[in-house]
Amino acid sequence: MSPALPILLALGLGLAAWLFARARAQTFRANSTAKRHAALPSHFGWYAAIWVAVPMALFLLAWEPISAQLIMADVLDSPAAQGLPAFGQQRMAILAEARNLANNPGGPNFYDEARGLADVYAASSQFYTFIGVAIALLIAGASAVYVYLRLKPDLAARNHVERMVMGVLLAFSLVAIFTTLGIFATLVFETWRFFGMVSPLDFLFGLQWNPDPMSAVETIDPSRYGAVPLFWGTLFIGAIIAMIVAIPIGMMSAIYLTQYANPRFRAWAKPALEILAGVPTVVYGYFAALTIGPAIRDVAMAIGVSNPSSESALSAGLVMGVMIIPFVSSMADDSIAAVPSAMRDGSLAMGATKNETIRRVLVPAALPGIVAGVMLAVSRAIGETMIVVMAASTAANLTANPLEAMTTVTVQIVALLTGEGSFDHPTTLAAFALGFVLFLVTLALNFIALRVVKRFREAYE
Amino acid sequence: MVMTEYTEAPKIRAAMPSIDAERADHGPAKMTARDVSVYYGDKQAIDSVSIDVFSEYVTAFIGPSGCGKSTFLRSLNRMNDTIASARVTGQIALDGEDIYDSGMDVVQLRARVGMVFQKPNPFPKSIYENIAYGPRIHGLADNKADLDVIVEKSLQRAGLWNEVKDRLTDTGTALSGGQQQRLCIARAIAVEPEVILMDEPCSALDPIATAKIEELIDDLRGNYAIVIVTHSMQQAARVSQRTAFFHLGHLVEYGLTSDVFTNPAEERTKDYITGRYG
Repeated sequence: MSPALPILLALGLGLAAWLFARARAQTFRANSTAKRHAALPSHFGWYAAIWVAVPMALFLLAWEPISAQLIMADVLDSPAAQGLPAFGQQRMAILAEARNLANNPGGPNFYDEARGLADVYAASSQFYTFIGVAIALLIAGASAVYVYLRLKPDLAARNHVERMVMGVLLAFSLVAIFTTLGIFATLVFETWRFFGMVSPLDFLFGLQWNPDPMSAVETIDPSRYGAVPLFWGTLFIGAIIAMIVAIPIGMMSAIYLTQYANPRFRAWAKPALEILAGVPTVVYGYFAALTIGPAIRDVAMAIGVSNPSSESALSAGLVMGVMIIPFVSSMADDSIAAVPSAMRDGSLAMGATKNETIRRVLVPAALPGIVAGVMLAVSRAIGETMIVVMAASTAANLTANPLEAMTTVTVQIVALLTGEGSFDHPTTLAAFALGFVLFLVTLALNFIALRVVKRFREAYE
Repeated sequence: MVMTEYTEAPKIRAAMPSIDAERADHGPAKMTARDVSVYYGDKQAIDSVSIDVFSEYVTAFIGPSGCGKSTFLRSLNRMNDTIASARVTGQIALDGEDIYDSGMDVVQLRARVGMVFQKPNPFPKSIYENIAYGPRIHGLADNKADLDVIVEKSLQRAGLWNEVKDRLTDTGTALSGGQQQRLCIARAIAVEPEVILMDEPCSALDPIATAKIEELIDDLRGNYAIVIVTHSMQQAARVSQRTAFFHLGHLVEYGLTSDVFTNPAEERTKDYITGRYG
């Protein structure tokens, strides 16, 4: 069934219902002497259109996967399917080709079996599309009768439409919520499988990260799945080095821009600073790998560090710090600007200097907002991948030396999932466990940040 | 610079003689303003105001909204400096020293001329820290014990000590509106100012809290020159000894409060205090 069909059907019948109901409402009006009406004719139109179109469209949407299953069952039951391999890639390829041939008979054809299956497929597909459209029309007809019976001059169509609009909005917001739940469920499920093979204790507290994708599932060594070096690398690069760069620069530029800069300078400096957030991270990545990394290596060599690498936690962290400056500075900017000017005046009127006022009154008052900004920046930094891949390597070292290569959780997830791994092997499943931990940490940081921001708002509004 | 003793009578009225007569007992004016005009951009908010403010007196500025009385008040400790478009011309002196002189240290000026605002604005810190803020930045206390003394004394003078002595570490914003305003007055007192400017200090308070603040103003008067902007003529009559009536950026009349309220010289003053406009 073509995806355009449900849309066209819904639009067409909806439009017809709209026009009909509106015309009805106009005749009601013409025959009525009342000055006020419960609803405008267009409300009647929307009421009818939504009733006719939405249930039918929902059915057609649900019918799509159901009919696909039924068609597949038909195809597999047909005599032409007897020659199919029992499982494996070839079986899939033949079935896919049959589907393509059914939709496009002149298409490429590699498997002889597919030719025969395509006919079955086409016939079955036509049959179920017909059934689907028939049921859809029945549903639309039933709704139309229902609406017709209710189209009376005193129908509160306006209120009904209001409720329907709310329903539509709710449906769309549920899409976002259910997507999140779905992602979460996948993570939990795969993590659960991983923990069936490697104990959570080994994973969370082990000091060695060296997954072995080649070992047989029966003989895996849990001690190679210790994620502590990854957690440490993530914290060290994202939450320590990057923050040492981002917090002072972000804070001070926010203070300068809100308190000292003249409006004209601020008008272009603030957007310019925010551009930093719009630079693609891969650009930061090669900046870190090609410019900062070698520069750090040269400096390290000059001060006598033996054998420094151009891949270092320091270069990744520094560049990541620059990347998140706008997160810190714009949150700090907003929350300093949100401190009531009465606070500032109160302090200045006591003979405090501008600097004292900022340090002792404005920043403490804005602190919750600033902290929230920093937390959002941290959660952004620890989820960052590209810069680390390019600048800090994939070697899982557990060290506090910023000049050494280091890796993070996100980089390892990429590394684990881009191999030839099978989804039965803990090496691949470990990616989900890592993702799950990262998800929980980021969620916690965001949650705390939002709570802090909320408390801050309550204090001043 | 030192102000020359004023020779020419300002463009204000004859109520001055009664002030001149009393002034002999109280020495020279604490603050003097001569031909002060204040502009916001191109708009003139105050037009050539000349006025003297004396220690140990409460001076009330009254007048309809938008008459410029708050603007003028804020120019007395240069709080208008925080508004980029504001410009002040003329001369304002504190103890004969021009406060708009380039050599004047604004920070020191504001320590000497304190201010209490319309809406209580305690800092989001503890009650103790609110009071200790000024003495700390000005280095008025050498040690914690000194600071404790200043905090207690300031709260006592502001009549708040008994209500808050057991909860000095509570946040200042948790107090009631009236208590917050007294906290702000205590905070201003803590830096030992010579002049206290009050910009409608009771307009956000209920009548009981207002009565307490008025009582406090009366208690404090002996040690400071107090200038209060108020919309309430009853309040001006209750707390002040001098009243200045502003209208449309002009100082219409300035004299003893009793004179201004019972026997105003200007028709406009009379119309305002009898409630004919404003």
